[in-house]
Amino acid sequence: MSGQELPAIEARKLTKAFGHQAALRGVDLQVAEGEFLALFGPNGAGKTTLMRIVASLTRPTGGAVRIRGVEPGKAGPALRKQIGLISHNSLLYADLTPDENLRFFARLYDLEDPAARIDVVLDQVGLAARRRDPVRTFSRGMVQRLAIARAILHDPAIMLLDEPYTGLDLQAADMLRAVLEELAASNRTVILTTHNLEQGLEMCDRAAILNRGRVAWEGPRAGLDLESMKELYRSVTRPA
Amino acid sequence: MSYLRKIGAIVWKDVVAELRTKEMFSAMFVFAVLVIVVFNFAFDLRVSGERVREVAPGALWVAFTFAGILGLNRAFASEKDGGCLEGLLLAPVDHTAIYFGKMISTALFMLVVEALMLPVFTAFFGVNLFDLRLVFIVVLGTVGFAGVGTVLSAMTAQTRAREVLLPILLLPVAAPVLIAAVKATGGLLDGLTMAEIAAWWRLLLAFDVLFPAVAFMTFDYIVKE
Repeated sequence: MSGQELPAIEARKLTKAFGHQAALRGVDLQVAEGEFLALFGPNGAGKTTLMRIVASLTRPTGGAVRIRGVEPGKAGPALRKQIGLISHNSLLYADLTPDENLRFFARLYDLEDPAARIDVVLDQVGLAARRRDPVRTFSRGMVQRLAIARAILHDPAIMLLDEPYTGLDLQAADMLRAVLEELAASNRTVILTTHNLEQGLEMCDRAAILNRGRVAWEGPRAGLDLESMKELYRSVTRPA
Repeated sequence: MSYLRKIGAIVWKDVVAELRTKEMFSAMFVFAVLVIVVFNFAFDLRVSGERVREVAPGALWVAFTFAGILGLNRAFASEKDGGCLEGLLLAPVDHTAIYFGKMISTALFMLVVEALMLPVFTAFFGVNLFDLRLVFIVVLGTVGFAGVGTVLSAMTAQTRAREVLLPILLLPVAAPVLIAAVKATGGLLDGLTMAEIAAWWRLLLAFDVLFPAVAFMTFDYIVKE
């Protein structure tokens, strides 16, 4: 990243507390444009809270997040058009079909040719044949595939993937991997949170470990193999 | 125009989902019929003839209110359950559009139930409710009720005891709307003109504007953690 260029995502002294429980305790993190960051951490490390703040779903208690130099809380709705999120929840309506779900989100995102784009993303996730079946009849893997289609429908520049492999069968995990590879190749900014080191290291440019609400380690992917990452992870996340 | 299109999209989504499941509509309708049946039996023991007109407006609006609370309980709970509210909040939509979309769909479901309830009520209580002026009052009352109810539904959907909390918060706040609606309905059943009940329907009109205006200013803080 050059000195002039704004980072795609920047968190400064970010804190978040739920009552007396601190989820984030001063997170400083930068993700450059087009960078793929794998964010590791044990359960309760604050990964999901950080992703929710970046996605402007939750307000931070202190500090600030900037998306391309703009604070999500102070920006208008247009900033959210740049963000795609895959989270623990599918964000889909079970009573609607994939076609209806995607048509609904296409209208919210003001897509110019929704029908064509819906065809593309449904083909991409292999659900074109089931486009008229209610989502409630889908398996967990199929729902997650449709969630991916929803997240990439508006072709966002920034993708936030919060434990996207959770609950996926082998076929769905392979499909997700293919979509992620495509995202990584298309120069999009991606943050992937996971506690699976192997999956996280596959495509990332840089890795970070979040532990007890703080960035405990961060560094480039280059020169980092799975075994040394495991060792590093254990040493950083060791209980006090 | 984009703002209105997004409100329209939210209403469309709610209507399509409801047409497919009919969960909310059937619960609201059956509950409203049961309320009227119970009132009918209860009043039958003590109230007869012309005095039915005195209790009819209250019974009618209690049925509408209870049915409305069922609908409001589902309005945001259905979004929250599947995590769908996050999808709405993440979209490039002014959050007040979510409020207006949910308010319109709730009012729409209530109005459909109420339209079906009027003949049922007429049959049980023997009071003719087929009057365009009464339809006007019902629409005003329903919009006011949905207006305040949608804000509170969004608030209580974030809590675990939402089914209990919503009526406890809603009924005191919506009381002016219900009082005005009952008074206006009673006036029409007593043969008064619209001019003679103007104070009540104007009050309803004021709340129909006031509640959405307050929601417009506060909704963003309500739906975000």
